[in-house]
Amino acid sequence: MQALTDRSKMVDRKPMTFVERLYLWNIIKGMRITFAHLFRKKVTVKFPEQKRAFSPVFRGLHILNRDEEGRERCTACGLCAVSCPAEAITMEGAERKPGEEHLYREEKYAAKYEINMLRCIFCGFCEEACPKDAIYLTETFAPANYKREGFIYGKDDLLIPDPKTGK
Amino acid sequence: MIMQIAFDYIFLIDKIVLIACVLALSLLVAMYSTWGERKVAGWIQDRYGPNRAGPLGLLQPLADGGKLFFKEEIIPANSNRFLFILGPSLAMLVACMTSAVIPWGDILEIGGRKISLQIAEVNIGVLYIFGVVSLGVYGIMLGGWASNNKFSLLAAVRGASQIISYELAMGLSLIALVMLSGSLNLKDIVEQQRHGLWNICYQPLGFLIFLVCAFAECTRTPFDLTEADSELNGGYHLEYSSMKLGFYLFAEYINMFISSALMASLYFGGYSFPGMDSLGLSTNVVTMLGFGALFIKIIAFLFLFMWVRWTIPRFRYDQLMKLGWNMLIPLALFNMLITGGLILWQQGH
Repeated sequence: MQALTDRSKMVDRKPMTFVERLYLWNIIKGMRITFAHLFRKKVTVKFPEQKRAFSPVFRGLHILNRDEEGRERCTACGLCAVSCPAEAITMEGAERKPGEEHLYREEKYAAKYEINMLRCIFCGFCEEACPKDAIYLTETFAPANYKREGFIYGKDDLLIPDPKTGK
Repeated sequence: MIMQIAFDYIFLIDKIVLIACVLALSLLVAMYSTWGERKVAGWIQDRYGPNRAGPLGLLQPLADGGKLFFKEEIIPANSNRFLFILGPSLAMLVACMTSAVIPWGDILEIGGRKISLQIAEVNIGVLYIFGVVSLGVYGIMLGGWASNNKFSLLAAVRGASQIISYELAMGLSLIALVMLSGSLNLKDIVEQQRHGLWNICYQPLGFLIFLVCAFAECTRTPFDLTEADSELNGGYHLEYSSMKLGFYLFAEYINMFISSALMASLYFGGYSFPGMDSLGLSTNVVTMLGFGALFIKIIAFLFLFMWVRWTIPRFRYDQLMKLGWNMLIPLALFNMLITGGLILWQQGH
């Protein structure tokens, strides 16, 4: 019969030799291998102290971006919510009042913007859909909370600090 | 008369202090064996092992012990309550009792009195150990049976037959040693090795048989069929929780410690080390050095126990029985025959 792969190997069914039947020699061989492993380099990454570098395309928790002057970029167009396959994003738009130009970049802004992190699948479609470069996925990950409500991130959780004032 | 009574009190205090020290030592070593085991397991698997609790994870045994103390005690509804509690108590008691006849060192001289670092210098030390160790099987049997659980019962049956089978080969391999030394007193056996060669040179085969049997008696891998996590869910201590489980686990490590001490004493010269009598130091210093030597030997054996555990898998039950009855017992008998023959030949018969 022809072998299906070039890796197939005949099973050795020869009766065991005396040394093999003694079993002791094989134990010693095995113990030599494990002893060598005692001194190998450990593969463990000691997590909280050491962190592994993420790949460049890593997708973690979201942020809402501001422009250079510290104004919110989001215009509540809803494209991110439409593109979201998990339906995790909800928002409410509002009109910018006179005198709020230093807060919002365009005439319309998101009065409420919520992402349910328990629904989110971190696909990054919102980031791709956004025409205003307002939403980004960061390298922050593994959020923790005592209640499910805590995983619904609002604007105060998502907005990055103002680059000018720093808060 | 009064002097006589006072002397006896001091003797009593000596022994009580010694017993307390040996007990504390066995418990401490057992505690840190659990740490050592996990470290060795980690290293062999290219991991670090416990390293969070304290420096190098050294507080891990305390954390584990504390956890076990505060866990809920569960006694199964249909179990035999008395036997259920008796099981782990017996296991622990027996494990602690064995250390009584092991010579931990030579003689300490304090205030002109000579104190032997052996709790009970009985002339049937080896027999005593055998008697006590074979009681150990009751811990497993009672625990497994009283749990009223088929897995535990299976483990108990396995454990009982395993320990009894391997005790035979162990005893036979020791008979050859006793023929050689002419004494059942452990102190005598060690003293003979102090002035001559270690017994391992005379009894390599006997030592090998004894070592394999010691693994089986301690129910350590590759003979851990009583625990057999993968098939019996933990075996005889399946229904146990809290410190009763802790006692079983602890007893296993104390047993390991004691059998290491026993193997070191019987075959590797116990507290003696080469050049012991030509150091020219005072008795006390030599005794303490001797104790250190014994301790190093014990740690080496403990490491061997762990090393083997993380290297080879468990035997199948029929293989275990075959090895015990068809290999070790005939080999031990053969070893006995050869030893006897050689002794007779040496005596010129």
